[in-house]
Amino acid sequence: MVASYEVRLFGMWASPAVRRVEWALQLKGIEYEYIEEDLSNKSSSLLEYNPINKQVPVLVHDGKPIVESLVILEYIDETWKDKPILPVDPHERAKARFWATFVDVKCREEARKAFHMEGEEKENSIENLQVQLKALDEELEGKKFFSGDHIGYTDLVVGWMAFWLGVAEEAAGFKANHEAKFPHFARWIKDFLQEPVIKENLPPREKTVEFFCAFRQLGGCGKMNQK
Amino acid sequence: MQHRSHINFPQTLIHSQVKMAEGDLKLLGTWPSPFVLRIKMVLQQKGLSYEYLEQDLKNKGELLLKHNPIYKKIPILIHGDRSICESLVILQYIDENWSDIGPPLLPADPYERAMARFWAAYIDEKFVGSFWGILKAATEEAKAEKIADSFGVLQQLEGVFKKCSAGTGKGFFGGDTIGFIDVTLGSQLSWIKAVEKISGVKLLDKTKIPLLMEWEKRFLAIDFVKNTLPNVEKVVEYGRLLQATTWKVTPAK
Repeated sequence: MVASYEVRLFGMWASPAVRRVEWALQLKGIEYEYIEEDLSNKSSSLLEYNPINKQVPVLVHDGKPIVESLVILEYIDETWKDKPILPVDPHERAKARFWATFVDVKCREEARKAFHMEGEEKENSIENLQVQLKALDEELEGKKFFSGDHIGYTDLVVGWMAFWLGVAEEAAGFKANHEAKFPHFARWIKDFLQEPVIKENLPPREKTVEFFCAFRQLGGCGKMNQK
Repeated sequence: MQHRSHINFPQTLIHSQVKMAEGDLKLLGTWPSPFVLRIKMVLQQKGLSYEYLEQDLKNKGELLLKHNPIYKKIPILIHGDRSICESLVILQYIDENWSDIGPPLLPADPYERAMARFWAAYIDEKFVGSFWGILKAATEEAKAEKIADSFGVLQQLEGVFKKCSAGTGKGFFGGDTIGFIDVTLGSQLSWIKAVEKISGVKLLDKTKIPLLMEWEKRFLAIDFVKNTLPNVEKVVEYGRLLQATTWKVTPAK
């Protein structure tokens, strides 16, 4: 059992990248101190631990900072080897990492554009996002979760799409993720959100929609300060 | 006074000629791509034999489309019936699948692994954004901004190397042998030099980044690096072609 405060997580309540780190820590039973950051007024600690990107999440373990949520997830898995979240087989690991950059770079980019833009650009992004959703839907055929019978790394990383994509759709008035078009993905979302660690660690939906609406009204700034 | 220059880093000994036929290994790529070059370097470092297949990205072949239907990009490593895409994912696959041969690409310690992954991703992001940005810049102001960014990136990496090698006297980011950060950065070298020639800016300046320049010398001394990095003049020609055709930039003199 890890002593308290040996592990600290700097985060922001609405951020999916932060939540996925929390999910991983909780799945492994790692105790940690959570520090909420006001991203409009970043703490000196955050700036010291992440001078390059100045973003959350930042995991600090024994005083050493690790940044970028995907890097943090692998660090967690390699440091606390109980209850692994990544598969053992190198090819399966490669596939998991592939899907991670797919959802975090490609899907997120299209969702961001659909969220912020209007008119033809918005429509194009929605179309692109649907092509991506199709790929994810096909990947889930014959599997309960992306990682197999139990949730793992890939599920945690795709996790933003189980909750925050819906929030973004509501806040920005668009719909890409139609249940009828992507039935396996819809089923995965239901199962994923039922998992105890996930269910008990999501931001309040209405508050998150409000936050996204306000964020959208600020307009043009694109990224939340989180990775 | 200790002179480092005569110390023989064991790189050339370690990757000596244990060529193993590891079943069916194919690498799909294009000759100028740094993302492909790094795969070639690592396969050679591990002593793995493979078939290289040059791709025509304007006329993508069946094999490319079959093995990377989502991105339709290179590099792609085909290992038997497995396809692995994304260069940093491929590097880790090679490292993990053949962990028992050749030097490891990633360090053993989880924190150091995290640092290697972070900096490799940083290098790739900045390379595309800043260094190529110099070539893509449509105005003098945009160009100046990208040049300043690129200097910043190199300064940052100088600091990283200083930290990596502090007190150890090791020659590479990876220690005695080249590792994840070394191949990620090193595979960009021909392009960085091509950017220098096309833009007329000296980026690899030993007065500004002395440690990196020493690192570069050691890196380029490795046989399989020398054999892999493309000729800078060819890259210059290709870069100018991209400016004229794909990026539609009229380079200022």
